[in-house]
Parts: sequence; structure tokens; C-alpha cells
Amino acid sequence: MSRYKIHLLVCGGTGCHSSESNLVYEMLRDELERKGLEKDVQVIRTGCFGFCEKGPILKILPDNTFYTQVKPSDAKEIIDEHIIKGRRVYRLLYTDPETEEHVPDSKQMDFYKKQLRIALRNCGTIDPENIDESIARDAYQALGKALTEYTPSETIDLIKRSGLRGRGGAGFPTGLKWEIAAKNNADRKYVVCNADEGDPGAFMDRSILEGDPHSVLEAMAICGYCIGATKGLIYIRAEYPLAIKRLKIAIAQAQEYGLLGEHILGADFSFDVTLRYGAGAFVCGEETALIHSMEGKRGEPSNKPPFPAQSGYLGKPTNVNNVETLANIPAIILKGAEWFSSIGTERSKGTKVFALAGKINNVGLIEVPMGITLREIIYEIGGGVKNGKKFKAVQTGGPSGGCLTEKHLDTPIDYESLTAAGSMMGSGGMIVLDEDDCMVSVAKFYLGFIVDESCGKCAPCRIGNKRLHETLGKITAGKGTQDDIEKLRNLGSVIKDASLCGLGQTSPNPVLSTLDNFMEEYLEHVHDKKCRSGRCRDLLYYVISKEDCIGCMACKRVCPTHAISGEKKEAHVINQDVCIKCGACMEKCQFDAISLMNDYPRVSATAAQTITES
Amino acid sequence: MSQKINIAPEAFEYMEKVTGAGGVEVKVNLPKEKIEKINSICDAFGNDPGELINVLHEAQHAFGYIPAEIQDIVAHNLHMPVSQVYGVVTFYTFFSMTPKGEHPVSVCTGTACYVRGAERVLEEFRKELQLEVGETTPDGRFSLNCLRCVGACGLAPVVLVGEKVYGRVSPDGVKAIIEEYKK
Amino acid sequence: MIELTIDNKKVWVEEGTTILKAARNAGVEIPTLCHFELCGMGIESKPGGCRICVVEVEGRRTLAPSCMTEAQHGMVIHTHNTRVLNARTTVLKLIISDHPLDCLVCAKSGQCELQNLAVQFGIRSQPYEGEQSRYRKDTSPSIIRNMDKCIMCRRCEMMCNEVQTVGALAAVNRGFMSVVAPAFEMNLEDSPCTYCGQCVSVCPTGALTEADHTNEVIRALSDPAKTVVVQTAPAVRAALGEEFGLPPGTLVTGKMATALRELGFDYVFDTDFSADLTIMEEGTELLQRLQRHLAGDPDVRLPILTSCCPGWVNFFEHNFPDLLDVPSTAKSPQQMFGAIAKSYFAEKIGVSRKDMIVVSIMPCLAKKYECQRNEFKVDGNPDVDYSISTRELAAFIKQANIDFLNLPDGDFDDPLGESSGAAVIFGNTGGVIEAACRTAYELYTGKTLEKVDFHVLRGMEGIRSATVDFDGLQLNIGIAHGLGNARKLLDEVKAGKSHYHAIEIMACPGGCIGGGGQPFHHGNSEILNKRVAAIYTEDKRKEIRKSHENPSIVRLYGEYLGKPGSHKAHSLLHTEYFPKSNEVWLMSQ
Repeated sequence: MSRYKIHLLVCGGTGCHSSESNLVYEMLRDELERKGLEKDVQVIRTGCFGFCEKGPILKILPDNTFYTQVKPSDAKEIIDEHIIKGRRVYRLLYTDPETEEHVPDSKQMDFYKKQLRIALRNCGTIDPENIDESIARDAYQALGKALTEYTPSETIDLIKRSGLRGRGGAGFPTGLKWEIAAKNNADRKYVVCNADEGDPGAFMDRSILEGDPHSVLEAMAICGYCIGATKGLIYIRAEYPLAIKRLKIAIAQAQEYGLLGEHILGADFSFDVTLRYGAGAFVCGEETALIHSMEGKRGEPSNKPPFPAQSGYLGKPTNVNNVETLANIPAIILKGAEWFSSIGTERSKGTKVFALAGKINNVGLIEVPMGITLREIIYEIGGGVKNGKKFKAVQTGGPSGGCLTEKHLDTPIDYESLTAAGSMMGSGGMIVLDEDDCMVSVAKFYLGFIVDESCGKCAPCRIGNKRLHETLGKITAGKGTQDDIEKLRNLGSVIKDASLCGLGQTSPNPVLSTLDNFMEEYLEHVHDKKCRSGRCRDLLYYVISKEDCIGCMACKRVCPTHAISGEKKEAHVINQDVCIKCGACMEKCQFDAISLMNDYPRVSATAAQTITES
Repeated sequence: MSQKINIAPEAFEYMEKVTGAGGVEVKVNLPKEKIEKINSICDAFGNDPGELINVLHEAQHAFGYIPAEIQDIVAHNLHMPVSQVYGVVTFYTFFSMTPKGEHPVSVCTGTACYVRGAERVLEEFRKELQLEVGETTPDGRFSLNCLRCVGACGLAPVVLVGEKVYGRVSPDGVKAIIEEYKK
Repeated sequence: MIELTIDNKKVWVEEGTTILKAARNAGVEIPTLCHFELCGMGIESKPGGCRICVVEVEGRRTLAPSCMTEAQHGMVIHTHNTRVLNARTTVLKLIISDHPLDCLVCAKSGQCELQNLAVQFGIRSQPYEGEQSRYRKDTSPSIIRNMDKCIMCRRCEMMCNEVQTVGALAAVNRGFMSVVAPAFEMNLEDSPCTYCGQCVSVCPTGALTEADHTNEVIRALSDPAKTVVVQTAPAVRAALGEEFGLPPGTLVTGKMATALRELGFDYVFDTDFSADLTIMEEGTELLQRLQRHLAGDPDVRLPILTSCCPGWVNFFEHNFPDLLDVPSTAKSPQQMFGAIAKSYFAEKIGVSRKDMIVVSIMPCLAKKYECQRNEFKVDGNPDVDYSISTRELAAFIKQANIDFLNLPDGDFDDPLGESSGAAVIFGNTGGVIEAACRTAYELYTGKTLEKVDFHVLRGMEGIRSATVDFDGLQLNIGIAHGLGNARKLLDEVKAGKSHYHAIEIMACPGGCIGGGGQPFHHGNSEILNKRVAAIYTEDKRKEIRKSHENPSIVRLYGEYLGKPGSHKAHSLLHTEYFPKSNEVWLMSQ
């Protein structure tokens, strides 16, 4: 990188890519060429910076200038002003929402201040399609170190001592997993990278693969060396075309450099990686389902034990790790187990990548040390709740996780604390919800997802989640009873207890955690027929304002179910029992006398009843 | 040149019914090139039943969808019962047995998009295109689908038309998106 | 041995034993639903899907399915504490919530494993109402699929794919929509289904049942213009008693004959008669092919394959269309019987073909399809009009209020009721080829066979091979039961690597005694073993043990057919096969 004076890093992650960062890249290059600067200034298409909210992102080195929402048409100004004249383009700088001041240096941004990037260390700093840049940032050094300085069991021991746990959800100790796979003797073993990131709202694995594919390939090779495998497979969602493309490039380049293939780095160790594609089944994130899918079968999970480490892909011992877990490995080997284990909490070491999304100012990808609080994440890194609304809950762990509230904001985050709070780490999705969100509807949304994604193999998950979803639908439609709430609880706990795989065993979490933390909202839906956020359409009521209604009869005439009563020139009333909420009356009213309320207008309903009856 | 495959003739009639579902009349016939294409895909994967999903990906890539005839030939080449191929095709949402529209509309219904109003956007598309999710318009121009998280959560709610990404779509903006492709 | 604690009892079991079996050893019966095993036959299905057999294992976060969790040393297991019982009951209620409650009119009522569990668990309400799965009912000549009643135990899928390698059924779709179905959810009739009926015999509910033809039989019996003739297959007599509470393996040949007569059949005959006839034809064909082969004729194809099993015939028509000239052309005993009844016997008693109804009682569902095949009809009139299963007969007897257990023994009518012991053993795997050997030996060597019991041909292994000494000629014989085993032998034949002279194949595990129309064994393979033993007992009891010594057979040839393989025998008793896979040429355009 050294022969250039200035580097322009354009984010090429999917988020920024979707908002034309590619064109920004092209325009910048064109402009530099036009100005004859292409020898001094390099434009690099990098992986995700994480700050997806304000993409496309352009970062300029060495001065750390951080431009947001850059349009292709801004290229000329950036080159003219910043590069040639040395003046920052202020209108493109990130503006601190609180101070409303421009922040010229990304290191000063709240979004980055609290982050600690290990797994994402190279995302946003290198061109992921150029192996030389990765190597310049120490890629494959850890592999070399392991091959030359450590035996496989020493390497496993190092990973064990680091305290690294699986980042895909359950948090199984990685070193232990490797050790089990290493101990099982077989003629063939496999290393599998689980890149079937299916949590809706989580995109950390994709960002790592797009931004730093070599870290994953290197870690797989290290794992292969440790457990005695010569073949690695990456099971990746077919919905991630950019990640697939970059992985293919990375594999080809690594093979060309002798970092994958026969006799890696001259050692007596061969390892190669191929890709397998998912085809749209969330359950394939479960390792036994993933293995069946790789074998060309339906992605149905099977009972554990036997664990994949005993009998996995094609019946051979198989070690399955998630992308983020693997991305940590090279850093641990280079910097040591002690360094890694000094970060985090007692039982959860290192960092965790979260995908911040929902009603939050700074949507994006962040990596923070374990033990950080939700408050720090949401208010300091995330910049608080969008549009000044009131925070209601944060959903962590995707469909398997739960909803945490205000009272959990100061809990240090780790595997145990999240589970204790009724949620889970999951893959690290973090969706912020505000006062406009109905918690019953959110639970229903997740259950809808689970019903779509359940494989159907075991009865509790296949039928139980369907019934949970139906019952939640009943409640949001205003037809729920107290009995339904009891049913949700019992069903939820049985599904957790009796389902076959991790999907079913965690699927009721969104229901159970909202029952725990937002029972009053359930009770309101059931007893008061009220949705406080106004999200449940069936619990909204058309009400005629006595003050504003002039009694023109227009609404009465248009009502298809004759729910409106009232004499001419007198205020009209809607009988809520007859109203089908078509909205025709509101459309017709020229005096804005009809509005939607989320409180059941008991009085007017009874009044209407007396009127219709008389 | 023609290709010999094991198919019960009754199945043909049925297949036409299947592939014609969703209001789209599709006459699927398999000319020589198509059969050769499928065979070459299967060959490329060594006709290995373990490679079924890769074969299906390639087949869908080549034909846009995987009608019954193609499943039959794949099953034949991979030496496995067609019922199992069908079992796999119907397990994975990525595989489709009906052709997508010329302009496939996909609304992201991932969580981030959901909390930012994807449901209403989807409903607007349904209304404007007069389609249910998974269907294709009778003229074959548009099809409507949901997908789970493209990872552009910063742009939520997100809609894809073909490869093009539309971010921060509001229900009001739906008409304009469709208009772009109506010409 | 490892030690574990089940319900506070110490239990010692072999390593590798499942919790389910360990508990069973300790006298604790854990309820199961999807789990299915035919012990000793290598047939097992345990997807772990129903979650009825869950137990609490101390230290485990979730409940464990006992059917597929191996017992480990030191495990502490609770099989019926409140946590377990609540989970089981809730899951059962969930399964019931997606199941029609039409038990009163369900074909499986009384035999339904789901119903039994509901009784055992004392289910009195169904609180989890919601959408129920609805599917198109699929009717085929042999099997009816009513997938509304499917509980996704996957037993049928296992049978169809792993045991039978037919591949007609597979799990399709996902989640709540998932169901077991043929490709493209087409009708079974359009699929490669062989109608072996093994899916029906393992289905725990009424999702898969036989096409019931009892009403057609009743209609025929009540028509005074019709002479109704009945034939009963060998395996029926060894299993029918189970339906009336008799211990498995009880022979009820005599009671069955009486019951049939009481039901109103005009002539009660025996398929055993035509089994003897089959041996005459098939045995002759075998000897002819063998002699030509020994004489060096390059056009003759060996091995010869038996053809009495219609499920097997369907199987090779679908899967081995290029080997259609390998099986014997002899019809199955059921069809030989029909052909002879509606010609020789009808002429004898002066009844026209159209006024005679031939009913068969079969252990088999494929027979229902077989008797409807076009090549077994004369001017549209089938040789065998209706085939009903052992189960249907039992239901019919109960329906007719016949006190089966107290019936006196009756005899079959003459002349199509007389049979040899060789015919009876057609019901067991290996029986057809043993019967053929008894006759072929004497015809080939011209000597009397002293020891008629060919023990080398008996047994329950899926594939068996034996060499039989025909006075110096070593005859290599292969036997397979279960279509998956048959496929292996057929693949050898196809590859030209088969060293057999003759192969016997039966589609169902155990042979006809394990047929798809037999009383449900519910996975108890001991029942199958008892039926096998009963069949051999019946053989032993017979005075005549060789088909060619059956006097009625001798008379039939003398009066009517001439010699085995004669022109007349050929037109009445032999058939041809059709490629079912229909090699379709997709033309280029």
C-alpha cells in the first residue's frame, strides 16, 4: 500500500453496494485519472465499514476522514476539494446527532469509539479481492505459525485457553469442539464453515466473507491442521452473491499462492476449500441439518448424539464452525490466548459482532467486547432510538432469541446473561423496537417466520409453533382470551423442552420473553381489546368526534354494514360491533370528524346499540 | 438427437397442470439443447446424488425454474427416485417450480425491514400488481416474492426488482417502482 | 455393561442400548409413536419426530427421545415425572389437533396407534384448535392415501425407500405443510408404486389403507344370478386367527372354510390348488430353460425368476424394463385360479363366465391391482373379480356376526380345493422355490425325492443363496424377500454377473405371511416368525407334499390342459410383462 500517498476506501459491502457505491468507486477512479492522480491516490473497494445507516461510505487515509452517503456525483468535488486542495467536503462528513457538529475523523465517532474489532479487523481496510492486501495485514501468518511452531494439539490447547466460544448461537467452546473432532479417528475428516446466516436482520457473517474472506479460509486451514482434515467446505447462502464471488476469488488466489492446496507453506499438510450453497432454509443453520443439506438431502436435523464431530458429513468426523468464530482464530494465534482471554467477561471471552437494526439511529455492524451493556450499544454506539421515540425493547438473537427491556439495559452482555434474561446471543442480530411497536405483533412476526422455516420433522415444532402463531393471531385480532395466554405459556415451554433441534428448542423464546416482560400488553389485547402502539389493525376503532360531526349523513350512507347511526344534523355514532373497519366513512367525511383510536370506545358503542335497538 | 428418460406418460399431463399453476399457462417442452444442458450439468457434478442441490441450483440458473420434467431427468441421471428430488425441491424456498416474472419483485421481510414497515409495502405491491406472494402476473411481466434479509438493513425496508435494490421504500413509493418497469 | 438409573431403579444394559430398550428391560414401557422396528429383520425407523417417547435425563437441558438416545453409564432417567408427562400429553394433543376426529368411521379405528395413545393418555379435550392439514384423497386400485391423517412418522417413507427401494413416496414440502407423497403429489397410480402395501402395513393411523372391496363382494353374494367362487391364499390361514384374538401362528384353515361358506360363497376353494398348478407350469419352464442352457443354447436366459408375486412383477416392470424376458411367464396362483375357475370349472358346472364371480382372499394389496390388469380379462370380464385382504375378510366375518372362534372346521370344495404341502409353503419366503425343487427334482432326475424339506432354502435373511443337488447337477438358487433385496439380485442379473439358475422373489419381508393385507404386526417380528412356522406345520400335516402328485392337478391336465406348457396351458396360465417405466423419447424440436 505504501507507494500511494492517499487511499480512498470505498465500502463495497452489500448495503453500500445497494446504494451505488460501485458507481462512486468508478467515478472516483475516472476523476483521478482525469486529473492524472492515479499514481498517487489509490481507490480501494473494501468490505463493510459497519456504518450501514449512512452508506455509501468513503474513508480517506491517512487522515481518517469519514464521508457518508456519498453519491457518484460527489466524486468530482471530493477529488477537487479534498485531494487536490486539501479541504474537507463538510457537507459529506458525518454529523454527530447530539452536538450537530461535523466529525472529520472516524476515530472520534461515537459509533467507533466503543468498538473493538477482532473478527472485523480487516473489514473496511483492505480490498477483499486482492490477497496481497490481506497478506500485508498478516493473513496466513497464523497458519504459518501453527504449522511451524505448534503441534495440532498445542494449537487446540491455545484455542481452548483463549476461551473462544461458538459465535453461531449456542456458544460451545471452540477448542473443545476441535479436540473432540481431533480425537475421533477416521480416514477422512471435514472442516465445515457455517455461512448459512439465516437470521433475518443479521448480516455479520456476510460482511466478514465480503470484507475479509482470507481470515475464514486461513482459520479453516488451521482447523484442518488441528483435527486432521484435508478438506474444507463452506456452506453459504445462495442469497449472498457478492460473498460467494469474493470467496471464489479468495480461494483461487490462495491456491495460486500455495496457501491452500498441497503441501501448504512447504509443510506436510494439504488442505483445500470448496463451496456448497444453501437454498433458502433457515433450519440449515443447525449443524446436522446443514450436513444433510450438503449431502444433497432435505435439510432436516437429526438427533444429537451422534455429534458431527463423531459422525458428520458423509458419516465422517466433521467440525462445524460459524464464520465469525473462524474469523477470530488467526488473531488468537498471532496475539496469544492470554490477549484474547483478557477481553470480555468471566465465561465469555473476546468480542461479539452485532448487527444493529430497527428503530435505531446508527444501523450497522458493530463489534464490541463481551460484557458491554445494551445501553452502551444502543445509546452510545447506536446513537439512540430513531426520531426521538421512546425505547421499548431490543430483540436479540434473531427468531430464537427474546425481547429484552429497559430493565436489562445495564446487564453486561455475555452468553449466560442473555440466556438468563430469556433471550440468547444467537448469531448476534439486535433489533431495537420503540413505542410504536406492538410486542404481541413482534412475537407473532417471529413465530410466523418459524412456521415458515420449521422443517416439519418433529411434532412440537411443526404443529406447536403453528398453534402458537395462530393463538397470537387470535390475540392481535382482538379475539384472544385469558385461556389463550395460559396456552401460549404451556405450549411454549413444551416446544422448548421437547423439540428435536435447536430451532424448535428456541422457537418459543420470542413469545415467552414477551410474556415475561410485556404481559400488560397481552392483557390489554385480551381484556381491553386495545393495542397501545396502534399496530394491530383489528384493535383500532373508527370513532366520530361529537364536536366535529355536523350530522351530514355522508358517512352513514356510505357505510356498507349500516354500523353508523344518527339523525340529520346530530352527531353520528359508529357501532363497533358491526363496524368492519373498511375506512369508507373516514374517506367520505369532509369535516375530519372521524379518526382511528386505539381505545375501545365502550360508551359510544353502548350508546350506538341503544340507538339501533330503539 | 433425442433423450431417453424414464417417465410415466400420465405424469406428463400432470406436469403440465403443475407447471401451469398460478394462472400462468406455460407449455414446457424440452428441446434438444435443454436436455443436453441438463445432462451436462449432471455430468459436471459426476451424476452424484450427493450433489443434488448443486445440480438444482445450476438447473434453476439455466432455466429460471425447475419444472417437473427437469426434475425427472435430474432424478434419472443421478439414479434416484424423482419423489426424492421433488422432496428436496419443495424443501428449499430458493427452488421454484413456476417461472418467475420478467421483473421479479422481492420484498425483504426480515426483521429490520419488518419493524420499519415492510408489511405495508408488501401489501401495496400485492394490491398494485394484484398478486399473492409466489405468483406471477398473467402476462408474465411481474412476480412477487418475499425474501429474508438481504443484509441491507440500513436501507430498510428494502425491495428488490431483479438485481436492483430499492431502499427505504414507503407504501406511497410502490407505484413509482412498478411504473419504472411497466414501459 | 453399563449401569444407569431409570425411575429410581438400577439397570444394567449393553453399551449402545437405547434408553427405550433399557427401560423395557427394566419393565418400564415408554410409549412410542413414530418409532418402528421389525426386530431381527434390519427394518427400523426412528426419525425421532413424534417426541412421544421423551424422557428426562438429569443434567440435560431438554427432554431426550428415548428411542434414539443411547443409554450412558451413570445416566439418571425419569420416564414419567410431571415434566415428561406434560410434554407427552401436550405433544399428543398437538398431533391430534392436526388430525381429523372421524375415528368412528375411520378404516383404522381400533387398530390405530394414535387412537390407542389417546386412550392410554386419557385425552378428553383438544385445546389447541387451529388449521388442519388438508390434502386431496388419492385412490388407487390397491391403496388409498388420506394424508389428512398423516402424522409424519415417516415409516412409509422408510419402507418405500430403504426397505423396498421403490421410491414412490418421499417427504415433501416443509414445516406444517410437510407430508409424505409421490413426486409432484401425483396419484399413486401414476407413480412407480408397486402396491406392495408395506406402507399400509406400517402406517400407525388411517392415512394409508387398502382399497376396501368388501362391499362389492357382498353385492355379488346377494345376487342370486351369480355363482360366487372364493379362493384363499396360503398365508391367510396362518394369520386370520390373530384378528380374532388367537395367538399368532394359529392355523385356522378349517374355521376359515366354514366361515366363508357361512358368508354365502357358493364354492369355497383354495389358491393352494393353483399354487400346485403354478409349480407344474413354472417348474416345467425352469426345466426347459435349464435343459436348453445345459445343451449350450445361447439364446436362453438364466436365471429364471419366479413371477407369483404381483408387487414384484410391478417392481420389475417399473425398474427393469429391459429384463422382462427373465421372469417366468407363469401367471400368479391367484390368476391361474381365476382362469381355470372361469373356464374348466365353469364349464364343468355349466355356469357361463359372466355369471361367475371369483373372489380371492389375499394377504396382499398388489393382488387387488393384479386382478384388474387388462391381460387378465376376457372381453372385459376379469378372471378374478375381487380381491380382498385378510383384514377385510376378518372385518367381513365380524360384520356378519359369525362366531369365528367356535366354528367347526370345514373342508375346501372339490375340485379346486385340493392341494399339496408344496402349495402351502408359497406363503413363506423360499417356499415357492422349495415347492418347485420338489417337483423339478423328480421330473429332472426321474427319481423319487425322499427328503422333501429343503432346509437350506428356509430362513429370514433378506438374501439367501443355496445349492441344491439334482442328482449331480448343482442348481444355484437365490432367494430374496423385500424389494430392496430383490433389486440387488436383479442388478447382478442385469450386469450379467448372476450365477444363479433360479431366483425366488417375494416383495414383502418374510414373504406373503408379511404381506400388506395381513393383520397388523405393529412391528412385532415374532408374529411373522410364528406365521412362518405355522405354514411349515401345515405343509408337514399334508399327505401330499409335491405339487405334481396333487390328484386334482393330474386330473385337470388329463381332462383339460394336456401337458404342462401345452398350447392350452399357455393361453390360460401364462402371461406377458409390460414396461411400466415407459421409456419415453422426448423428441427434439
